[in-house]
Amino acid sequence: MIPDLGKYAVPVLSAYAASILLILALVAVSLWQGARMKRRLADVEARANEAL
Amino acid sequence: MSIWEYANPKKFMETSAALLPWVTGLALLAMAIGLFWGFFLTPDDYKQGATVKIIYLHVPAAMMGISAWFMMLVTSLIWLIRRHHVSALAAKAAAPVGATFTVIGLVTGAIWGQPMWGTWWAWDPRLTAFLILFLFYLGYMALWAAIEDADTAADLTSVLCIVGSVFAVLSRYAVYFWNQGLHQGSSLSLDTAQHVSDIYAYPLWTCIAGFFLLFVTLVLLRTRTEIRSRRIGALLARERRSA
Repeated sequence: MIPDLGKYAVPVLSAYAASILLILALVAVSLWQGARMKRRLADVEARANEAL
Repeated sequence: MSIWEYANPKKFMETSAALLPWVTGLALLAMAIGLFWGFFLTPDDYKQGATVKIIYLHVPAAMMGISAWFMMLVTSLIWLIRRHHVSALAAKAAAPVGATFTVIGLVTGAIWGQPMWGTWWAWDPRLTAFLILFLFYLGYMALWAAIEDADTAADLTSVLCIVGSVFAVLSRYAVYFWNQGLHQGSSLSLDTAQHVSDIYAYPLWTCIAGFFLLFVTLVLLRTRTEIRSRRIGALLARERRSA
């Protein structure tokens, strides 16, 4: 399935691995921060509504 | 209807919530098609061999690294002129995305350069300007993190963004300004003498669309996070005042 990359297999595959890893890390951090902030806002809003 | 309506955080949250699933789906689709097409279905280049497959990561990532800074420049100017908070938060949200694309551009460029140029790095005008742009990204994010008052942080980072734009322009046009160095000019020039073959150009355009849509997805997502963070800050400040 993987094309024959010949003597350039290491550079090509390492470029793809590094890029995919960096993109996945960025997506994961963005999703994690988003979910954390959403939860925190829900807590703070609930507290603010109770205080009213 | 005016574009300034989206400066209202509530309106932005509503619109971005509706847009996000579509943009995310399109980004995944374009990236999957583009990378599969480029990696599996294109032939080796007669000069560069299989290393030509790095083009599908390097060119879109570098393009988006530079374009993200221009998007930050526009939103920073909107903040400075019209004082729309969403605009400043969008610039802040875009910085880590642009920085990551810039790192991908630098890393894949080095990996590609080693077998083709015989070196991982050269102090070539385009490469150097791109490295300085990356350092500006780091400085921009550090400045946001270092200043507690959000409006002051937005003011100062906007000025830094304007200054850094010089290096975003140089990253794109240094080859033409100095006419020297290892890096070639545009890979997708309309000039047929420089233009890459259609066999490589079509999957490359698909990857560029995928990277662009991924950028939009992440900026929307991260801007929503920043808006929520700002709202938390406002609610906590109200709590402290009433305590």
